[in-house]
Amino acid sequence: MNKIIFAEFIGPDTKMFRIDAPLIAAKQKPGQFIILRVSPEGERIPLTIADSDTKEGSITIIAQGIGKTTKELNNLNAGDYIQDLVGPLGKPSHIENFGTAVSIGGGVGTAIAYSTAKGLKHAGNKVISIIGGRSKEYVILEKEMRDIADEVIITTDDGSYGKKGFVTDSLKEIIDSGEKVDFVLAIGPIPMMKAVADVTRPYGIKTVVSLNPIMVDGTGMCGGCRAVVDDKTVFVCVDGPEFDAHKVDFRLLTQRNRIYNDQEKESVENHNCRMLKMADEVANG
Amino acid sequence: MAEITQAQRMKIQRHPMPEQDPKVRARNFKEVNFGYDEKTAIEEANRCIQCPKPNCVKGCPVNVKIPTFIQAIADGAFRDAAQILKQDNALPAVCGRVCPQEVQCEKVCILAKKGKPVAIGNLERFAADWERENIGVHPPHVGKKTGKKVAIVGGGPAGLSCAGDLISMGHDVTVFEALHTIGGVLMYGIPEFRLPKDIVQKEVESLMEAGVVFKPNMVIGLSTTIDELLQEYNAVFVGVGAGLPYFLNIPGENLNGVYSSNEYLTRVNLMKAYTFPSADTPIYDVAEKNVAVFGGGNTAMDAVRTSLRLGAKKAMIMYRRTEEEMPARKEEIHHAKEEGVEFNTLLAPLEFKGDERGKLNAVVLQKCELGEPDASGRRRPVPIDGAIVEIPIDVAVVAIGNGSNPIVSRTTPDLEVNKWGNIIVDETTMKTNKKGVFAGGDIVSGGATVILAMGAGRTAAKSIDEYLKSE
Ligand SMILES: Cc1cc2nc3c(=O)[nH]c(=O)nc-3n(C[C@H](O)[C@H](O)[C@H](O)COP(=O)(O)OP(=O)(O)OC[C@H]3O[C@@H](n4cnc5c(N)ncnc54)[C@H](O)[C@@H]3O)c2cc1C
Ligand code: SF4
Ligand code: FES
Repeated sequence: MNKIIFAEFIGPDTKMFRIDAPLIAAKQKPGQFIILRVSPEGERIPLTIADSDTKEGSITIIAQGIGKTTKELNNLNAGDYIQDLVGPLGKPSHIENFGTAVSIGGGVGTAIAYSTAKGLKHAGNKVISIIGGRSKEYVILEKEMRDIADEVIITTDDGSYGKKGFVTDSLKEIIDSGEKVDFVLAIGPIPMMKAVADVTRPYGIKTVVSLNPIMVDGTGMCGGCRAVVDDKTVFVCVDGPEFDAHKVDFRLLTQRNRIYNDQEKESVENHNCRMLKMADEVANG
Repeated sequence: MAEITQAQRMKIQRHPMPEQDPKVRARNFKEVNFGYDEKTAIEEANRCIQCPKPNCVKGCPVNVKIPTFIQAIADGAFRDAAQILKQDNALPAVCGRVCPQEVQCEKVCILAKKGKPVAIGNLERFAADWERENIGVHPPHVGKKTGKKVAIVGGGPAGLSCAGDLISMGHDVTVFEALHTIGGVLMYGIPEFRLPKDIVQKEVESLMEAGVVFKPNMVIGLSTTIDELLQEYNAVFVGVGAGLPYFLNIPGENLNGVYSSNEYLTRVNLMKAYTFPSADTPIYDVAEKNVAVFGGGNTAMDAVRTSLRLGAKKAMIMYRRTEEEMPARKEEIHHAKEEGVEFNTLLAPLEFKGDERGKLNAVVLQKCELGEPDASGRRRPVPIDGAIVEIPIDVAVVAIGNGSNPIVSRTTPDLEVNKWGNIIVDETTMKTNKKGVFAGGDIVSGGATVILAMGAGRTAAKSIDEYLKSE
């Protein structure tokens, strides 16, 4: 059991947690993730470690309440406990001084990109950060990014904040402006990562994405997290999660992430049902 | 009780294991076998003629004192029977259920020459269950504290038996386990209907009572490394199991609905997907669908019988060779058939096919016939030219074995492994090439059996004890 030290909503349905986990904090490197279970009957879900604080002995994770488990997680507050927490899992990001690096985060993907962007800055890169969101409320970690990046560009689909448009529009602008981009990191929804890969491919810019398949153990034991990269099957939890964006089979990734769509709906309904019942019970004494 | 004559003994027929009706049990997750009652156990124990030079003991990988514990049952001294078993086997309630007795002790039992062997496995199970149900599992005796500390990596049968022995020898023992539950394959692989999880957890609890410390959620190699453990502990035992699923490497294997047996069984057993949505982890909906399981071992039988219990319309085994060559326990094959599993042999999968949404809907298979024996002495399946069939299926489970998980070896580069990634040890001591590091179980032998893993854990405990004394 790991104690939640701090918890706060930073966007719609998006909550940031600092969790007591000194061993993981001491070992964690950018790009790695943890697997957690919220309750004794809970499922195991992977979440990238956004940051760690070795002094406090804590790690930071950010979750968007989409599925049953993330919704339950987002009901927890400081002082509550996480049932199980294991990590750091996966291979750390490959970080070196590439020159100019563009870090692109879409939605909660920004949280995942943050840790690696920070590492890229430490390694001496000029870091340009693009933060994308559906609308203003979905733009997260702006302040944190401003602290570490040389430049921060914000885009929203509806233009309610920053530039109106997609992250790829801003990426194109940077490339077209004559800035020599040596490295691109893109983390977010699959269509976004695929779109970024399509933009950088003709320029031959090294581009890395972090994949988010369904996982169980996270140690290479089950093979449920398999993806195809460069025409070869990989286990994302041990061979990744970061891969060369130009070689990832995004169509397969999308397909495999839908395996449990029907059941997930049932599970969320079951969860909502339980919450309603509880609300009823409270209301009716 | 009146003394029984040898002639009378020989007349007693072997007592079958009472079990759930096949039609009923094929749709529930409750244990298939009920176990003997006291009267049946005593009668079965009376069949043993107490050979002065018992073959059965030699046939047992850990040389359990079989006639001695059977005599205790015959005398009604059930508590003693359990104690005798535990002198050589740390988990008799488990082994009585999952050991392949028909190729070990029971195969060489003298009675097997003329008729049916003594039901040694059933008796083992009876004694262990009797103890647990009537007086509770006895924690191992704890020896005088030595002040030495041992780290065990992996909470499967190898790690547990090593931990049990080391705590009795007076050492401090900490078990590090990657998953959130201790037990290894006993928890995530072997299904509830064959090995109830409560039984495994009772065994783990008894080790806890004896002072063994368990640290779940620790992946050694990532959470901390073997080298770091060696700074804090006097010795390390590595029992991380096999744990890297093989796939068939045929087209379509990443379609939705194709599983490794590890994932399929882990979702159902460890994560309790069969109670979904009460438990949160889902499994592909197999109700009224066709499931094909590829393989002929225990894992394949577990997966196919699990599918029936999840409501499959048709649950099929697809095997390259013939039933003769299947490595599964005979009892599992027999049970699977009784429950309605369809056996298809001499079929090699060529391709999985799916619909436009990426859902599996068929498998293409090559029909084979038996050819010349191969290196293992088994007749090799050879394709029959042009004999190709396509069968509609919705779920496929690949159960063709495991390679070795690389996390430990990758992060311990000076630990010697063979070309398959198995850790190399001296077989008499379980010592690796790295000072203070011992290993045993599936990570050394490749996928084997519970009893062999436990035997390896025990051998390692003995030599760790010697190592610590000489240190
Ligand atoms: C479905 C199935 C059915 C089977 N049926 C039978 C049967 O009927 N009879 C029989 O005798 N045998 C059977 N077997 C085989 C038997 O279960 C194994 O041979 C035995 O469990 C091996 O024991 P072990 O301790 O070496 O490894 P495991 O049981 O695999 O345990 C290893 C443990 O180590 C943990 N681990 C792995 N990596 C790390 C790490 N880096 N850090 C920390 N922990 C780690 C794993 O999570 C696991 O808990 C079956 C196997 C399967 C899969
Ligand atoms: S070989 Fe059979 S009859 Fe002889 S001691 Fe063993 S169990 Fe009894
Ligand atoms: S999550 Fe099981 S192998 Fe990656």
